[in-house]
Amino acid sequence: MSEELVLKIEGLHVYYGAIHAIKGIDVKVPKGKIITLIGANGAGKTTTLSTIAGLVKAKSGKVIFKGRDITNRPAHLVNKMGIALVPEGRRIFPGLTVYENLMMGAYNRKDREEVEKDLEWIFELFPRLKERLKQLGGTLSGGEQQMLAISRALMSRPRLLMMDEPSLGLAPILVEEVFDVIKKINQEGTTILLVEQNALGALKISHYGYVLETGSIVLEGPSKELLKNDMVRKAYLGVA
Amino acid sequence: MNQEVFFLQNFFNALMLGGLYALIAVGYTMVYGILRLINFAHGDIMMMGVYFAFYTAVLFSSPPLIAAIVAVAGAAGLGFLIDRIAYKPLRNAPRISALITAIGMSFFLESFAVVVFGAVQKPFVQIFKTKESKVILNKVLMVGGARIPLLTFLVILLTLAIFAVLFLIVYKSKIGMAMRAISMDIPTTALMGINVDGVIGFTFALGSALAAASGIMWAMRYPNVYPYMGFMPGMKAFIAAVVGGIGSIPGAVVGGLLLGFIEIFTVSYFPTMSGYRDAFSFIILILILMFKPSGILGKKAIEKV
Repeated sequence: MSEELVLKIEGLHVYYGAIHAIKGIDVKVPKGKIITLIGANGAGKTTTLSTIAGLVKAKSGKVIFKGRDITNRPAHLVNKMGIALVPEGRRIFPGLTVYENLMMGAYNRKDREEVEKDLEWIFELFPRLKERLKQLGGTLSGGEQQMLAISRALMSRPRLLMMDEPSLGLAPILVEEVFDVIKKINQEGTTILLVEQNALGALKISHYGYVLETGSIVLEGPSKELLKNDMVRKAYLGVA
Repeated sequence: MNQEVFFLQNFFNALMLGGLYALIAVGYTMVYGILRLINFAHGDIMMMGVYFAFYTAVLFSSPPLIAAIVAVAGAAGLGFLIDRIAYKPLRNAPRISALITAIGMSFFLESFAVVVFGAVQKPFVQIFKTKESKVILNKVLMVGGARIPLLTFLVILLTLAIFAVLFLIVYKSKIGMAMRAISMDIPTTALMGINVDGVIGFTFALGSALAAASGIMWAMRYPNVYPYMGFMPGMKAFIAAVVGGIGSIPGAVVGGLLLGFIEIFTVSYFPTMSGYRDAFSFIILILILMFKPSGILGKKAIEKV
């Protein structure tokens, strides 16, 4: 690939105590694309994202962000470099208002006018959040919380937006809405690394995909091809 | 003395004592809210703050106000250091380890004070040398027939002002927002690019500064300085924090005031019980733990979705 890489993972190994969770994976995230990691529960998808984000320590291997080795940097520094994570289960701050949740995302930014602009952009993406600015995060519905979690991550103006199961636990109509929004965010210039159990939805909107099974990548390729792949169809799309 | 005057007299005393308890209680509650740790050394940080003020005034003959500011800053630094040295290495350890460390830290500070400052009680009023400050200490105001020392008013006003600043910091400032976020979800706060250990250090510094401020006012009213002077106020403030609902800052204020009022009023209306004044606080603690363990303003833990 001759494209400019935002993120490159080389031979990454991660352990939880004695459990070998990630067994030497290589992933490339080119600029401006949506890359997806699909796989079943326990395949190591969340662990991969947590390791990139600095929440979990890698045993060996490298995480390279825009040419710089960021392996095992503390989470707050990884975020400052331009990587934002929408964590699994949304993890909204329940006792902070919607506005405060958004401002948490913009915590390290000094460019107040640009922050205002980004807020306006987010209200365009999710008009419902604007109505709920003064409400506590914990009082939002699941779908609204997911939108808030995505918005909060966007407020840091990330170079790389990582999302962990954004469609999990949402009503089918909202699932579609979330995937549409992801596509839109990408079209407006943000590189995205998407982790999903909803393989069909993820492959439909992404450019390139990796299939993760018990800590190893068993298959990779352009998403369009993966959608046609027999093994993917059988195991993840439920089509014989 | 008629009933009303008697009441008024005690009312102001109770307000002052309750406010001082509340100032210390806030330190317990903020640290608990963030780390789920009872910082048993907190009362001793208050004691150290009083010594800082005492020695700054006595050794450098600085005016009391300067001594107080130096002491508050010193206590803030001490609180920050204690977190870095004693608690930070145990962030991922079982909670009981940090708790035992806190008890150890309390003993350490007390022993340190005995060795370095000496176990003999020292009169705090030594720091007031100027005429003006003596006036402040001794002047008495008449309020509705009651004789209220000017000092009591000053302490109440100062406590109010400190609380106003504290509430601004916690509920209106950026770092306050980070403190509240940490109390809800530490890893997600780190994901927002926030240096969690830095904010925790700030919280210790803030709580310790308030404890020192409380201690200095305490020592002006109950004017002896000694290494174990932090123990009882610390205990009471801890009870205040639990009674109000540990983790809740408004709860610490309510708990502190409640304790101050109960203590002053039981002693003044039932003078024969005055020997039991400390026992009342513990009885309140037992009652709260029996009937409303989450405290007056405490919330039951919100289940995280």
